[in-house]
Amino acid sequence: MCSLCSFLKSTIGRKILMALSGLVLVLFVLGHMLGNLQIFLGADVINAYAYKLHHVLPTSGLWAIRLFLLGTIAVHLWAAISLTLDNRKARPQGYDEDKPIQASYGARTMRVSGLILLAFIVFHIAHYTARVIPSMEYNDESVMSPVEVPLVKNGHVVMKEGAPVMTFNVNDMMVDGFQVWWVSLFYIIATGLLCLHLSHGFSSMFQSVGLRNSLWRKRLDKIALIYGWVIFLGFAIIPVATLAGILKEDPTGGAGEPVAAITETLHK
Amino acid sequence: MEKTMNLTLRVWRQKNRLDVGKFVEYQLENISEDSSFLEMLDILSEQLVEGGHEPVAFDHDCREGICGMCSMTINGMPHGPENGTTACQLHMRHFHDGQTITIEPWRAKPFPVIKDLVVDRSPLDRIIQSGGFITGRAGSAVDANAMPISKQIADYAMDAAACIGCGACVAACPNASAMLFTAAKVSHMNSLPQGKAEKDRRSLAMVTTMDGEGFGGCTNIGECEAACPKGIPLDMIAQLNRDYAVAQVKNFFQPVL
Repeated sequence: MCSLCSFLKSTIGRKILMALSGLVLVLFVLGHMLGNLQIFLGADVINAYAYKLHHVLPTSGLWAIRLFLLGTIAVHLWAAISLTLDNRKARPQGYDEDKPIQASYGARTMRVSGLILLAFIVFHIAHYTARVIPSMEYNDESVMSPVEVPLVKNGHVVMKEGAPVMTFNVNDMMVDGFQVWWVSLFYIIATGLLCLHLSHGFSSMFQSVGLRNSLWRKRLDKIALIYGWVIFLGFAIIPVATLAGILKEDPTGGAGEPVAAITETLHK
Repeated sequence: MEKTMNLTLRVWRQKNRLDVGKFVEYQLENISEDSSFLEMLDILSEQLVEGGHEPVAFDHDCREGICGMCSMTINGMPHGPENGTTACQLHMRHFHDGQTITIEPWRAKPFPVIKDLVVDRSPLDRIIQSGGFITGRAGSAVDANAMPISKQIADYAMDAAACIGCGACVAACPNASAMLFTAAKVSHMNSLPQGKAEKDRRSLAMVTTMDGEGFGGCTNIGECEAACPKGIPLDMIAQLNRDYAVAQVKNFFQPVL
């Protein structure tokens, strides 16, 4: 057998892939959370951030990153499913009293939390990236108005060839989305499950690649729990702040006045 | 005066590999709290034989916790509720009068039940056969100090060598994974200079055999460590993962198998 095939066939090989794809996703959620928190700095800041994400790389580069992240999830999922099937086969019959000796709740529920997270990710991409959830098609002027707002940097509208540069109204999309109670609820539950998933996964990935010992196991378990909570609170505070009325829609995108007024001032 | 207790036992009875098997309940009276768990089962078997029934079959040998033969899950825990204790070293003082005790064999696909509480653990032997050795000369023993080994490494290898191969790790694991067993053997041999020469070959071969025998994968939850009567730590699984990964990388560029 080729050495790569034997690596992919072995339980340890698949777990190393699980750990490495997990590491990418662990870092991604931190970046995603920090990005999202910019909504508290104002509509102009979060909109400019979204504009940067879409324009810092050419479209092909943006798609390369998107496909890389989706591929990472696919690897994580494939490793999880194939290992779970093997594990089930190895233990067809359990004990009469099947209670764990010491395994944590998070560790025992990785499959359930993972599957619910997968469902959430599909919904989340359909909701905020593809924007195709019925009654929440944010690319439609009749659903969210205006869809595009001027790009504002450091308090000034960014101009190009005598017209303001327009960008997608991310601030209003987030606020509008989280004003729907069940969207917020699903989002908070999913990020809570992410915290649970990370409380085991963050520490476990070090074990799978062989970078852990008894001392660091205790430390990493604590770091994992803290990391999980930070991620949970960082994400969940946005729907909570929206429902509490702290975050508001801004149809001017932080510019203070509508596009028509800006263009008019310019031509005077 | 020694205390005695009356117990209700629920014991897994299975005639052979093909039998479906079922729990059978027995009442046992006047068991001394000073008797060991296996002595308690001996008393049960004597009573069964006197009544003209088949005694309960279970594995046992040294009865001093070092041979790794005894293997039974007591109230859902391999080797019973005491930490770092094999079933033979477990005493009835850890149970109380009137208690119901459920006794089952190791549950794992690679460990088929032979009879009652006896399971076939030969897959562990085959893991050892695939790499748990050194291809050294088999002459007379060399001088003890001919090969200097640091205290830390000698201690670590000794801790790994404490594994008695009872299979409690497999029994405790919800995936029936033999990672802790394999890790102990790999850590033991890969740490010492005599075993280092075949480190990569051993790591690859033993993991391949382990997977091939139908054991599940490790989910890093630590149930094996908690059940191990010899306190083999999860650190050794980390070392197995590390040694395996390094061996795979080396094998990619220059085959070691």
